[in-house]
Amino acid sequence: MSDVIENHDIGGQHVSEHIEELRIQDLHAFYGESHALHGIDMKVYQGELVTLLGRNGSGRTTTLRSIMGLIGHRTGSIMLKGEEVIHATPHSIAHLGVGYCPEERGIFSRLSVEENLMLPPRVADGGMSVEELYEMFPNLAERRRSQGTRLSGGEQQMLAMARILRTGANILLLDEITEGLAPVIVDKLGEVLLELKTRGYTVVLVEQNFRFAAPLADRHFVMDHGKIVATIKADELESKQHIFDQYLSV
Amino acid sequence: MLTDLLGFPPQVLFGQLLLGLINGAFYAVLSLGLAVIFGLLNIVNFAHGALYMLGAFATLGLTQYLGIGYWGALIFAPLIVGAIGVGLERVLLRRLSGIDHLYGLLLTFGLALVIEGTFVKLFGASGIPYPTPEALQGGVNLGFMFLPFYRGWVVVASLAVCVATWYLFERTKIGAYLRAGTENPRLLQAFGVNVPLLTTLAYGYGVALAAFAGVLAAPITQVNPLMGSNLIIVVFAVVVIGGMGSIMGAVVTGLSMGVIEGLTKVFWPEASSTVIFVVMAIVLVLRPAGLFGKPA
Repeated sequence: MSDVIENHDIGGQHVSEHIEELRIQDLHAFYGESHALHGIDMKVYQGELVTLLGRNGSGRTTTLRSIMGLIGHRTGSIMLKGEEVIHATPHSIAHLGVGYCPEERGIFSRLSVEENLMLPPRVADGGMSVEELYEMFPNLAERRRSQGTRLSGGEQQMLAMARILRTGANILLLDEITEGLAPVIVDKLGEVLLELKTRGYTVVLVEQNFRFAAPLADRHFVMDHGKIVATIKADELESKQHIFDQYLSV
Repeated sequence: MLTDLLGFPPQVLFGQLLLGLINGAFYAVLSLGLAVIFGLLNIVNFAHGALYMLGAFATLGLTQYLGIGYWGALIFAPLIVGAIGVGLERVLLRRLSGIDHLYGLLLTFGLALVIEGTFVKLFGASGIPYPTPEALQGGVNLGFMFLPFYRGWVVVASLAVCVATWYLFERTKIGAYLRAGTENPRLLQAFGVNVPLLTTLAYGYGVALAAFAGVLAAPITQVNPLMGSNLIIVVFAVVVIGGMGSIMGAVVTGLSMGVIEGLTKVFWPEASSTVIFVVMAIVLVLRPAGLFGKPA
């Protein structure tokens, strides 16, 4: 498995291979007796957008949850911005500048849209202002007083994205953000991710929608049975199509 | 005139209404504390009655040994007992997080027995009188009834604490954390909120509310090691009626159950001690999540 990338510019934004934002070594994770991750190794560089691709149950969500410290039993090493976090609590991990968007979106039903948006504490400088976020997601501005769970699925996803962008987090862990959404919303989320790349965010994206992920990502980590079985760079998509066919087809 | 209409003097009706309102104020503050604790810790805090009793004994101790009077005790007793609550959460209750509610119920029930048993051993089972503060002695004749100042103060102070707690929960950032923590504490923690600390503080606050009610009760009921165990069963019925974990439900149901209990004493005295449980049974049949609770 190769983890060396070239210096390159994407969308006007320079990806630096010199600054490791995330380095995972020999990561194992367990749900009770069940061994879910079997030795993950990966590096993500500052400004990169990488995807974790694979079938359901391949370990993609567990990888994100392990990085956030949400899996009780895990071994190995997870370095975030040069700091070991394998034994850290989720709230201290967040304060390293990490924003997490869970698969189920995690909108709090007892809070309004604006309360949901303002809920996560600032974890770093440079977060987007509420005005910027309402400009990016105009639907949220219109519905700021609504209860969070009264929003449509697409609006809830926008809210889930917006609330971590306000915090100043510059490493984003996004889990299946396009799942179950209408094509027009998926396109909007694609535009947002491109915008985030130009702003220098580092993004780890769990996706099943390969068509959505392919044009956005710098690299793809293909997972199967709790392992990374292939790393494919953006310019290798055609030549390594057989790997996607092997591991992503149903 | 009114006596002819009612069949009994209006003073009886208003007197019982006031008594009901005072009892309701205690139910509201105590069930509010239980609601705060259940919301974030998912623990049915059976030690609540014992901690209420500790509030009353802390008032007595502060006055007798440190010369701190009632008004000082109103501040310091909740702080002291709240700090004991923080210790209990850190040392004992935290170990039960994530497992069946039953364990929390059993542990807090055991704690209540230990605390109450210890105080019965130390102070005996009979009550120790605590004087009404000088500024609140006496009362005012309202024409239709005599209102003792202290009883009026209990209602006003309880309502003020309930409103302040409601404001804290519904209108502040920490309240948003508490509400979010009730729904999905792991995600809240992943956003950078120190949820274990928040949980400890919530338990401490719930316990401090119980102690506050204990301070208010000291001049009314006498300070007695078993004063909490007599009250806690009714308070649990109030919490069930209002809906477990509901702040608004705890306050509204607490006050209204006190009033219903008072009115029942006028019209059917024999049923007054069971009326709340009858209401609870009806609510459980018609709306199992409680009047203000959200169905699971």
